[in-house]
Amino acid sequence: MSDQSQGTRFVDRLGKVYGIYTLGFLGFFALMAIVEQLGASAQLIGILFLLFTIAIYATIGWLSRTMQVDAYYVAGREVPSFYNGMATAADWMSGASFVALAGGIYFGGYPYLGFVIGWTGGYVLVNALMAPYLRKFGCYTVPDFIGTRYGGNLARFCAVVVLVVASFTYVTAQINATGTIASRALAIPFEAGVWFGLLGILLCSMLGGMRGVTWTQVAQYIVLIIAYLVPVIWMSNAQGFGIIPHFTYGDATLRIAELEAQYGLEAAAQAVAGLRVLTTPHFDPQGGLDSWKFVTLAFSMMAGTASLPHILMRYFTTPSVRQARKSVGWSLFFIFLLYFTAPALATLTKLQLLDPNLATAVVGKAIDDVANLEWIRNWTEVGMLSVVDQNGDGIVQLNEFFMRPDIVVLATPEIAGLPYVISGLVAAGGMAAAMSTADGLLLAMANALSHDLYYKIIDPKADTKRRLIVARVLLVGIGALAALIASLQLTGILGAVAWAFCFAASGLFFPLVLGIWWKRANRPGAIAGMIAGFVAGSVYLIHVYNGGAQLWSIDHLRFAIIGMPVSLVAMVVVSLITEAPDAEMQAMVDETRVPTGKPILSETH
Amino acid sequence: MSQDNRRLHWAKTSRLTYWVLALWLLFGYVFPFFARDLDGGSFLGFPLGYYMIVQGSLIVFVLLIVGQNFLQDRIDEECGLSDE
Repeated sequence: MSDQSQGTRFVDRLGKVYGIYTLGFLGFFALMAIVEQLGASAQLIGILFLLFTIAIYATIGWLSRTMQVDAYYVAGREVPSFYNGMATAADWMSGASFVALAGGIYFGGYPYLGFVIGWTGGYVLVNALMAPYLRKFGCYTVPDFIGTRYGGNLARFCAVVVLVVASFTYVTAQINATGTIASRALAIPFEAGVWFGLLGILLCSMLGGMRGVTWTQVAQYIVLIIAYLVPVIWMSNAQGFGIIPHFTYGDATLRIAELEAQYGLEAAAQAVAGLRVLTTPHFDPQGGLDSWKFVTLAFSMMAGTASLPHILMRYFTTPSVRQARKSVGWSLFFIFLLYFTAPALATLTKLQLLDPNLATAVVGKAIDDVANLEWIRNWTEVGMLSVVDQNGDGIVQLNEFFMRPDIVVLATPEIAGLPYVISGLVAAGGMAAAMSTADGLLLAMANALSHDLYYKIIDPKADTKRRLIVARVLLVGIGALAALIASLQLTGILGAVAWAFCFAASGLFFPLVLGIWWKRANRPGAIAGMIAGFVAGSVYLIHVYNGGAQLWSIDHLRFAIIGMPVSLVAMVVVSLITEAPDAEMQAMVDETRVPTGKPILSETH
Repeated sequence: MSQDNRRLHWAKTSRLTYWVLALWLLFGYVFPFFARDLDGGSFLGFPLGYYMIVQGSLIVFVLLIVGQNFLQDRIDEECGLSDE
């Protein structure tokens, strides 16, 4: 995989390499199952899972090292669509998707499902409006497109700012997640876990840039999807819900509605800090405001998907425009595998806890029996679960069972009584999900700062070696800063993730889309669009987050609904009252729209 | 590669894109918005509104991308503008 002829040889052998890798991982899983039977502790299995997978990622990162600009920025543009799809899926599915999504569905009901639609439907926009055209353009980074299409350093600089704010909000949550998983599995303090996680992340990306990240993300996708699907399918078989539960849990949703009516969805008599009882019905859309909240959330997430630079830059790495489009299809397919599993997992886990006819039930059982269950004891000890008989009737009521939402995925194997080796697998999967997203985000930021800010604006005469050294120094610096902030634990995981989407959508969506689809869009318009949208969105976020009155029931998770219209109006109005772009720029847009011919930007720029 | 050819290519590409976006709007927003009303129906034993949100629309999104790419490839080839 190093720079010369070996590079192409590796690309030709991808099927074999990743096939062997997948079998090797399954073999490792089987080995751990045997080790568990021989009496190894849960702790040891967790440690082995984490160290084994990270060692593989680090090896791939080392083998992908490069000193070539196009290999570092766009993986040499030789990633086939199928593998780019996997890499994008890993890039996309964060620690939050892996760990928190099912828990969110469990507790959030209909309004929360806006995330499921929003985080998949966005790819239709990516494919229809963005990916093929950006690939044709031949840029290295998203600000590279803005800077070239509209011309001038100010437009480029604005795009860099939006990119960095959006990505940085997102990356601290990911590093936080790696820290949580590492500290639990390795039994080290959280702060140490954060730095350990960062080390793993940098091992993947620092030497090989985009090339290293691409090939580790493919490996990470394989681990994370196995780790998500195996427990669900195993649990489904162990509990008699069918071989593949996805298409047969309709009855379970109806049964849950019955049980909810029977127990009543009431708030807890006395709240337990940080934990929740189930108060939202599993699925009971009320129409009106409920539906409005759903679609505004879905729209913010979709527009954010189509504007987040760490996703868009993945489509710069394919060999052709057609392959770029194809790989969007593969991306969504690989993402879909997890996203249509999460609701099944949430539903079946809830049924297992609620239905008194099942052996796993907790609600409706005697408090003394429940408190003695091993998994209840384990999670209660770490403060993530609590069962309190608040009405003193000796029976666990629905509003006496407290849980932290993000333990649903982690606790499911234990609830269903699966062996510990499954929990080790899930920890490795969560780690892979958080690491791969963090890698993509850190690289997006470091590349924008090194290519667009340093090389294009500050020092255009810098030679290749210098550019790539600056890129790496920035990568380490940003990573360290993100880890430092993550170790302070200032943000809740999911809040920050939704913000990243809204920042990106408010600042970048229209300048990107109109750059391709509206020839009349010009430099002042784009600058106005980026600044106005980003500022309006940010001001509204600060206003609402500090308890200010909400406009049209728009809360802090969906502030793109405020930022985007402002961005659109500013961009259109300012473009129209200023001079139309010159003939050269209009020709550039025409050229972007056809798949054939040379890219707008040369191979190495 | 004549200018007319390019104009035709872009007209066809735009039209395809608008169709895709219309379907995206239907499955991404209209159906989920009216989930309550759809719940009267049922599919595979699921209430229909719920099914569309947790599976149906997601499957449609994947098919939309595959379908668009298939038609776009044809447009590119017809106009002699395919890059493969």
